[in-house]
Amino acid sequence: MSETRFTDQHEWVRIDGDEATIGITKYAAEQLGDVVYVELPETGRKLGQGGEAAVVESVKAASEVYAPIGGDVTAANTALTDEPAKVNADPEGEGWFFKMKIADSGQIAKLMTKQQYDEFVKGL
Amino acid sequence: MRYLPLTDTDRRQMLARIGARDIDALFRDVPKAAIVGRDAFDLPDTKGELEVERILSRMASQDVAAGSVPFFCGAGAYRHHVPAAVDHLIQRSEFLTSYTPYQPEIAQGTLQYLFEFQTQVALLTGMEVANASLYDGSTATAEAVLMAQRVTRRPKAILSGGLHPHYAETVETVANLSSKVVRAPVTPGKAEDIASLIDDQTACVVVQSPDVFGLIRDLKLIAEAAHAKGALLIAVVTEIVSLGLIEPPGAMGADIVAAEGQSIGNGLNFGGPYVGLFATREKFLRQMPGRLVGETADAAGKRGYVLTLSTREQHIRREKATSNICTNSGLCCLAFTIHLSLLGEEGFARLARANHARASALAGRLSKIKGVSLVTPSFFNEFTIKLPKPAAEIVEKLADDNIIAGVPASRLMPHDPAMRDILIVAATETTTDEDCAAFADALTEALS
Amino acid sequence: MTMNNQGRPTQAGNTETTELPTISGATISGDRGLDHEEALIFELGRAGMTGVDIPDVQISDSRLGGERRKSAVGLPGLSEPEVVRHYVRLSRMNYAIDAGLYPLGSCTMKHNPRLNEKMARLPGFADVHPLQPESTVQGALALISELMRWLTVLTGMPAVAMSPKAGAHGELCGMLAIKAALDARGEHRRRVLVPESAHGTNPATAALAGFTVDEIPAKSDGHVDADALRAKLGPDVAAIMLTNPNTCGLFERRIIEIADAVHAAGAYFYCDGANFNAIAGRVRPGDLGVDAMHINLHKTFSTPHGGGGPGAGPVVLSQRLAPFAPLPLLVHDANGFRMIEDRAALPDRLKPFGRMCAFHGQMGMFVRALAYMLSHGADGIRQASEDAVLSANYILASLKDVMSAPFEGPCMHEALFDDTFLEGSGVTTLDFAKAMIDEGYHPMTMYFPLVVHGAMLIEPTESESKESLDRFIHVLRRMALEAKAGKTARFEGAPHYAPRRRLDETAAARKPVLRFKPKPLAQAAE
Repeated sequence: MSETRFTDQHEWVRIDGDEATIGITKYAAEQLGDVVYVELPETGRKLGQGGEAAVVESVKAASEVYAPIGGDVTAANTALTDEPAKVNADPEGEGWFFKMKIADSGQIAKLMTKQQYDEFVKGL
Repeated sequence: MRYLPLTDTDRRQMLARIGARDIDALFRDVPKAAIVGRDAFDLPDTKGELEVERILSRMASQDVAAGSVPFFCGAGAYRHHVPAAVDHLIQRSEFLTSYTPYQPEIAQGTLQYLFEFQTQVALLTGMEVANASLYDGSTATAEAVLMAQRVTRRPKAILSGGLHPHYAETVETVANLSSKVVRAPVTPGKAEDIASLIDDQTACVVVQSPDVFGLIRDLKLIAEAAHAKGALLIAVVTEIVSLGLIEPPGAMGADIVAAEGQSIGNGLNFGGPYVGLFATREKFLRQMPGRLVGETADAAGKRGYVLTLSTREQHIRREKATSNICTNSGLCCLAFTIHLSLLGEEGFARLARANHARASALAGRLSKIKGVSLVTPSFFNEFTIKLPKPAAEIVEKLADDNIIAGVPASRLMPHDPAMRDILIVAATETTTDEDCAAFADALTEALS
Repeated sequence: MTMNNQGRPTQAGNTETTELPTISGATISGDRGLDHEEALIFELGRAGMTGVDIPDVQISDSRLGGERRKSAVGLPGLSEPEVVRHYVRLSRMNYAIDAGLYPLGSCTMKHNPRLNEKMARLPGFADVHPLQPESTVQGALALISELMRWLTVLTGMPAVAMSPKAGAHGELCGMLAIKAALDARGEHRRRVLVPESAHGTNPATAALAGFTVDEIPAKSDGHVDADALRAKLGPDVAAIMLTNPNTCGLFERRIIEIADAVHAAGAYFYCDGANFNAIAGRVRPGDLGVDAMHINLHKTFSTPHGGGGPGAGPVVLSQRLAPFAPLPLLVHDANGFRMIEDRAALPDRLKPFGRMCAFHGQMGMFVRALAYMLSHGADGIRQASEDAVLSANYILASLKDVMSAPFEGPCMHEALFDDTFLEGSGVTTLDFAKAMIDEGYHPMTMYFPLVVHGAMLIEPTESESKESLDRFIHVLRRMALEAKAGKTARFEGAPHYAPRRRLDETAAARKPVLRFKPKPLAQAAE
């Protein structure tokens, strides 16, 4: 059973056992506008929680994407290189950025649930 | 004053609407201690055009214009003939006095010529993609080194001994803290063994061809040696007309080309403004500094051009930008584009051949003078000779006779005793037989 | 009487009717009157054609080192009339200050005097090589020296580095001088404080020079938070970079206090001189405690923007930093003017940090700037600054009731508005700006500075007549009122009347096409 959590930096992380898939939320994608390019981490890279993992670019802005939890990058969604528009079309599904092997599953509990995140966004 | 349209009546009316008593009231945030009166400045008052012309013309007339005497200076700036149409076109108001094309709907003129410029630079250098210019060849070289360090994540840059010393000094000044810049030995007329200096810490090898002495280098060998160790080859070209006759760096394996475009469309101008050309491989596109113009369509489906990939640049990435560059060389690019459009394939090839022919004839003539030997076995329009006396003295002597005899290598490399007798000589399509005869005669006289 | 036998009509038409006959839709050619579409130079032209007649000489390969070019470059060939027409048509798709007001905050789009162009083309300045024997270029060196004098006197600073090729290049020069000064003191300070309202070149330059950037917030009144700044000072702070007047168009009241605190903490004060046009002739940055300031000759001193360049960014330096100015150095002695290009030729007290670029700097821009200065004189420069400030305040006072100004006036040479007045209208700052294009104006600077939402920064400069300002104000007032009243037609999808409608910047960034590529022959034949 997979579980999805959220950060106040508008990243989502879906947990499947010890593997995590990370992307940006629908709200973030909307704020960003048309995504033109995504700079993804290389496989094997070690990320600490909160570390800069990726960069997502629109025409007029470049935003850092931070690792919601720490771990080793196992895969990057290279489909985004040719089709960055996937991030706008399906940010929480096909627009995923990268996968990682979780280092410390204790970090997950401190992240927001979907309900908490939706409340958080309402307040912005 | 002729440039200030507001009258005193206007000023009074404007102050009234603002509700300020006088102009000083608008400067109220300035600390009293910092406001100074007119008399704080030991500078003259307004002058009319006539007087300004008089003052500046008097200054200018003290100088010996290159076109007025036999002239043979090169070493990074070359005197070519620029067709009259170029200067006329770049002075059109809409080119001269327009701003950076951030509002593309009303700047298609600028954007389209920059797109043409990018294409021309890519074609000339044989590379996949070029930007819309940097300040000049020397800063373009420095930017190329920084880019190679980013791309390879290695610190070391190896500079060929044939790289223009000003370019090398610029690279050393700007290369970041953690990098190591190594200069290969200087060997006029010979290709130094640069391959043996390349190791796995090397980000790039920087080789100029034709080099500062005029020697044409074999970049293929160096490219292979660099790539074998995972390093990049940066090819530097200071005389862009050479690419009309010599194989372009892109065909020889260069990864980045940093060049000076001054020779096309732009006069000597005592060192500036010039135009830096920068071209690289498509795969390095996002690491490229400087402006880029891209093709797109508007809402009505018409083809148009916009500045693109701006997220590399300072106004968006700020401290994470690929560079801090804001301006390009605008009008100098336009002059380059127009001149090259006028030349076309045939004209450019003929121009290059004419340059080489003039330089070959002059080299032949000078090397027949007793005591003079030709140092560079191959060259485009610039070559190096060794004299039996210090070159700087000879140049001064010939200047008294109204001959500008070239650049003594000691001016660029004052601490290398081997440069003392070395003279770098350039000849272009503007050099006449009479010029060459005058030079040869005066040199013979000076050496006797 | 003699009769009109040509058959040519001489009446203006039926003046009884009030309707003008019109055609709707496209013209046959795709052009409209004086508005011409224009292809790329690569799509025009034919093989073998040229616009320059150069004799054809045969050459031997023997001295080319075996590197003779094997393939064609691929350039198109055109005659001179075709090239002239091509570029004239392109020019007509451009807005320019000669044609209309540019209210661009931070850019100082003032008039570019034509005398400057004439002077820059004098052969003694334009046709001299930077490495000619110095005895043959004393006039050019004298000009540089005179310009240096004007720059140092106007700013009240003792020294100036002339070689930087643009403002951002000048910023780098200043920061490298600061780094050299710290190294000479044996101090390894690496933090630079930059306001969040700063122009992007400031943090980019600090990073390029090897520093880390620490942001200082702005206060709600648009001034930098001087207390927060002072609290961040410490033994690891190398410098602050401030723009004054700042990017909100305000003079930093506590500037001297800030400078004193920075110096007391052992750091340096870099000033971004982009807004010097507000205070030239009235205030000297040297009196404010500035250690280094670049001057954009293409802003304050009228050298033309040329569609994006060339610029020039000489840097004035304090006594503390002067010894570190980069090569070359211009000196004047009994023998005349000389350029010192070799640090070994200098006394020990002078320690240039290196060289910013080849040769001596942007001579072409120096001539233009000096012509501007000589024309204006110190009294004219002072008057120009006053008129610039007056005009900006006139615009602020005339528009702040219908648009929203985040900071109470008075402003300096530029007036800042935000998009509060557009709230609920559905019109954004971008739409507003694009609608200005239809009105015949270049938009103001938009979305900068970042400290207010939907920023609109307006800098008229001293070159506008009152009639021009009144007309601009009138148009903006009407636009603002219409937007607020929900009459949004003119804003939707603007501009409607420019050579191009809004361009798809997303597509340009997703699939970059950065050069012309000829269509494959098979397609072309269809």
